[in-house]
Amino acid sequence: MPDNLQSLVDALPRLGEGVVVTLQLTLGGAALAFVLAVALGLAARARSLWLRTPTRVVVEFFRGTSLVVQLFWLFYVLPVFGFRLESMAVGIVALGLNYGAYGSEVVRGSLNAVPVGQWEATKALSLGPVHRVRRVILPQAWALMIPLLTNLLIQLLKGSALATYILLHDVNYEIGQLRIATRDTFFSYAVGLLVYFALAYVLTLGMNALEVRAKRRVGAGPTLREVVRLAPVPTSVGAGAA
Amino acid sequence: MPEPHAPTPAGDPTGAPAIELVDVVKRFGATTVLDGLSFAVAKGERVALIGPSGSGKTTILRLLMTLEEADGGFLYVDGEPYTHEVRDGRRVPIPEKRRRRVRRRVGMVFQQFNLFPNMTVLGNIIEAPVHALGLAREEAVARADRLLEQVGMADKRDARPTALSGGQQQRVAIARALAMDPEILLLDEVTSALDPELVVDVLEVLRTLAETTDLTMLIVTHEMQFARDVSHRVLMFDRGRIVEEADPETMFTAPTHVRTQAFLKAVLG
Ligand SMILES: Nc1ncnc2c1ncn2[C@@H]1O[C@H](COP(=O)(O)OP(=O)(O)O)[C@@H](O)[C@H]1O
Ligand SMILES: [Mg+2]
Repeated sequence: MPDNLQSLVDALPRLGEGVVVTLQLTLGGAALAFVLAVALGLAARARSLWLRTPTRVVVEFFRGTSLVVQLFWLFYVLPVFGFRLESMAVGIVALGLNYGAYGSEVVRGSLNAVPVGQWEATKALSLGPVHRVRRVILPQAWALMIPLLTNLLIQLLKGSALATYILLHDVNYEIGQLRIATRDTFFSYAVGLLVYFALAYVLTLGMNALEVRAKRRVGAGPTLREVVRLAPVPTSVGAGAA
Repeated sequence: MPEPHAPTPAGDPTGAPAIELVDVVKRFGATTVLDGLSFAVAKGERVALIGPSGSGKTTILRLLMTLEEADGGFLYVDGEPYTHEVRDGRRVPIPEKRRRRVRRRVGMVFQQFNLFPNMTVLGNIIEAPVHALGLAREEAVARADRLLEQVGMADKRDARPTALSGGQQQRVAIARALAMDPEILLLDEVTSALDPELVVDVLEVLRTLAETTDLTMLIVTHEMQFARDVSHRVLMFDRGRIVEEADPETMFTAPTHVRTQAFLKAVLG
């Protein structure tokens, strides 16, 4: 066991680098996924079939094919056709496409959950189609979608471990190296569990803070400061909690 | 259109009515809600639409706000085709760009207020004047402050809609619609979602508005006293048809149609 700890201490700098790689993949993938999710989620609601049909196809394709296969395609097959991407770019693109497709369903559902009266009011006030979504509908949908996006973000973090297969030295890879160094499978993977858990926890905290802020902006729920202080918060029943 | 006591609506030299419906048909699935409805509203005229629930009153306002699409017939605003026109002998929809220009002259206040919860009271009011009319922000704010004063909500300027009572929200919604400086205001049962004690303030705001402006108003309401006080003319609807049309005095004291008599007896007790 002391040997294991010594090995862990020795491995810490590399584990740190692994964490950086995993975070780059996760945050890069999440950023791309978010942009795609909003674009596809909005397009899925479009009236024009010319927009809606391809959107549906893209979403179903990237949801329905596994992330590993997508990674391998981007990494091993595309170069055959002359497109070569760096490992990190492949990882981010694959994660972004895959989780963007899942996320678009969340975005679409949240847009639908904004009361229809809000859309009607924007029309009665002659607000243009882009403006109405950006200023009125999305801010309200955003508050609704964050908890679901948090789930996807955590899944994306765990999915990023597949990057080891495209030769990236992420946390998963470094844990493998630790296992080789210590020859203690139980110990190494216990460390792996803890590292991923800690990362997921930090991401969840960040998303919760975003949610509190977004809810506050639509006039529901306590302020972030109230939540962080754990001050007694009046059980927020939507209206009246201001 | 005899009007013994109500002020005569401001005459329009061009003679075109503010609103005109011609043979309007509206179906929802298999049910035909409006089956060839026609009527006109003069500029500055205030018309109350009354009738049992389900008779199509809301649908008429929603058609005029283009929240619903008519299946047949034509809508005109100031004599201008709004949603459909005849081209080469066929009824064709008017493109959104042209509709938008006409729509700007129409404002609507909803039963459920529909204020934007992600903006303050002031934000709600200036959003459309700034972004849809292109008003300078200071000008929009000045207009908003004037309107908030008018509806008695000046002290809630920076509040969130969710922090207001229903009556207060509705008064803000009225100010928000007026901030677009519409020629036509559509009011759809604006007090029926309110607690009884909050109704008075909202109706008071609307009474003053009616007295002090020459807005053309279509008012759907179950408040018969209010309809009687502010309207020039009352249309009694039943199953999508106008069964009786009269000045308020006649409509509420000597209705001729049996359905009107039954309806008024039911609501007035
Ligand atoms: N979106 C809709 N889908 C189906 N039926 C509808 C819809 N809107 C209204 N209706 C029907 O149209 C009829 C007229 O409704 P409405 O215009 O709301 O009446 P009113 O406002 O006079 O109570 C009712 O029978 C109602 O059920
Ligand atoms: Mg109605």
